Amino acid sequence: MDPGADGALNCRTPSPRPQIGGVRSSFAPWEDPAARPLVRFDGVSKAFGDTVAVKAVDLSIYEGEFFALLGPSGCGKTTLMRMLAGFESPDAGRIMLEGRDIQADPPHRRPVHMMFQAYALFPHLNVAQNIGFGLRRQGMAKAEIAGRVEEMLALVKLEGLGGRRPDQLSGGQRQRVALARALAPRPRILLLDEPMAALDKKLREETQFELMSLQQSLGMTFMIVTHDQDEAMVVADRIAVMREGRIVQAGRPAEIYEAPADRYVAGFIGDVNLFEGRVSAAEGPLLRLQAGDDRFDAEGAAAVGDQVWLAVRPEKIAIHLDPPADPRNRLAGKILDYGYLGDWTTYLVEVAPGRTIRAARANTTRAVDRPLGCGDPVWLTFAPSSAVVLTK
Amino acid sequence: MKGGKSGLAAILPFLWLALFFAFPFLLVAKLSFSDTALAMPPYAPRIDWSQGLAGLQAFFAALDGETYARLTRDRLYLDAYLSSLRIAATGTGLLLLIGYPLAYGISRCPPAVRQALVMAVILPFWTSFLIRIYAWIAILKPAGILNAALGALGLPPVDILNTETAVLLGLVYAYLPFMVLPLYAVLEKQDESLIEAAQDLGATPLQAFWRVTFPLSLPGAAAGALLCFIPMAGEFVIPDLLGGSETLMLGRVIWTEFFANRDWPAASAVAIVLLATLVVPILLFEREQGKVLR
Repeated sequence: MDPGADGALNCRTPSPRPQIGGVRSSFAPWEDPAARPLVRFDGVSKAFGDTVAVKAVDLSIYEGEFFALLGPSGCGKTTLMRMLAGFESPDAGRIMLEGRDIQADPPHRRPVHMMFQAYALFPHLNVAQNIGFGLRRQGMAKAEIAGRVEEMLALVKLEGLGGRRPDQLSGGQRQRVALARALAPRPRILLLDEPMAALDKKLREETQFELMSLQQSLGMTFMIVTHDQDEAMVVADRIAVMREGRIVQAGRPAEIYEAPADRYVAGFIGDVNLFEGRVSAAEGPLLRLQAGDDRFDAEGAAAVGDQVWLAVRPEKIAIHLDPPADPRNRLAGKILDYGYLGDWTTYLVEVAPGRTIRAARANTTRAVDRPLGCGDPVWLTFAPSSAVVLTK
Repeated sequence: MKGGKSGLAAILPFLWLALFFAFPFLLVAKLSFSDTALAMPPYAPRIDWSQGLAGLQAFFAALDGETYARLTRDRLYLDAYLSSLRIAATGTGLLLLIGYPLAYGISRCPPAVRQALVMAVILPFWTSFLIRIYAWIAILKPAGILNAALGALGLPPVDILNTETAVLLGLVYAYLPFMVLPLYAVLEKQDESLIEAAQDLGATPLQAFWRVTFPLSLPGAAAGALLCFIPMAGEFVIPDLLGGSETLMLGRVIWTEFFANRDWPAASAVAIVLLATLVVPILLFEREQGKVLR
């Protein structure tokens, strides 16, 4: 294998591990109290019959942001997006666009465009007519429409395909047409409903990066709905994790990953090992925890006697073949199973009968003759600052 | 083994067509080139199989296009032909006007209601076609239900039985399911997200209908129109029962030639002309459209 080619590929393709640090660390209008949100959900609720889809959601999205609504299917994220587009109306609360309540506006009067999950391209119109559909509705002159359509085709790299019908395109091309169609009338915010669900993994990863660069070069506001945590991590400036109609946590990808608000978020974003215990002592920021027979040290905020959960990510757990000298945060066990992913190997370590811990190790050297195998006794350690103390 | 099975499956439709379309069609075509005769059956020539090949040659020599020439000489046939086309076209237009909103309305209903409404459209088929047409006589006749109702409302009576209006009423009534069902089929399976996409891109609900729903439903409208227009052009029972003597349609001309005039060649020629000038061009058009839609 040519290591050069491999390296070049890794620069374009995101690793399956989430990126830490986000895309643009300096961009954070949500931290500025003077910033005026572009979109504001104000106590928005929605029920379908007896099923509550969205419960009292408060959320602000700012100009130029790439915002992700992340959650499992049925968590209300699509309903929230459809309410912004105008296809559903909230039972309670207000939705504001640029400070104006848009409740009374029907979908066709909202400067909000959506890229539909199955693309919803008009099958009787060709690519150029599809892209020009919104422009014609705006009453733009024919020549101007043609110019803009060409511009959009170039933007999504579909030059020369304007005359094709949607059924003559590949899945990836259809996705680009849908994107161009929604972008052409220059919406104030572009909504993307699971935009990459129909693409294969490779194409999905490429498209994620193209979407990011497109969003930044156009300086537009994007809001994406996805159930794929990797996708949300890669593309978004900020992620809101939804569960059962509520927003559990909203923040930068790294905040969500490194400082999850609760066990649900910790488990939904990436893998996590949880230790249930009680705070037995506190020394400044350092908490001493008793979890069954194990004692752990971790940094966090909790009072002595509180029930807490210690969340440790697999990649923050080190694997040792010999017992480490420091007895703190040390667990002995044997390797039950492992999964070799190429760049990483995930080990399943049994520390007590029926109790397993996940530990991940970057394969920084070519481990052809693997030093670790099933049944090997190992010691696991993690730093007190690597663990997160969760109170709920 | 496998090849043989699929071969048979492929041949069956052709066998069906050959047996029930091509063969009768050839018989009728042969008849149209014969002459009337005072015989049983009432036409000549007939193949004299005892003469062998010579008999067959004599038979073909005796066939001529004289009947067709006769059709062009008598205005009656042209008038009946044009009148049939006009009535069938008017009926198809009315069916589209009535059937489209009906099919669209059904397709917008909740699924459970849709099923019931489709059932209601098909339900009249459970009663004999003839009885239903006779019922229209009872409704439209001078002292019938319609005039009784008009009288009760203080309106003057109408006398429309045995007029073209009655024929159109009967045709629209009888063919409505054939228009509604294909239209409903395309409207019902139309992707709701297309309408949402159109509205999302700035189309009003009315624009979304005209720009998206309507063009996408045209294949259904074409199928419904074909399904109604062709049989209506050759319809016999409805014009005979509701149209009286003043409504001239080809179906009745064929019947008269066969049974009243015992002119089998003329009846066959009219049928062939109808087929050649109406059905064949329409089917060719349909094939072209199929290519476009592919």
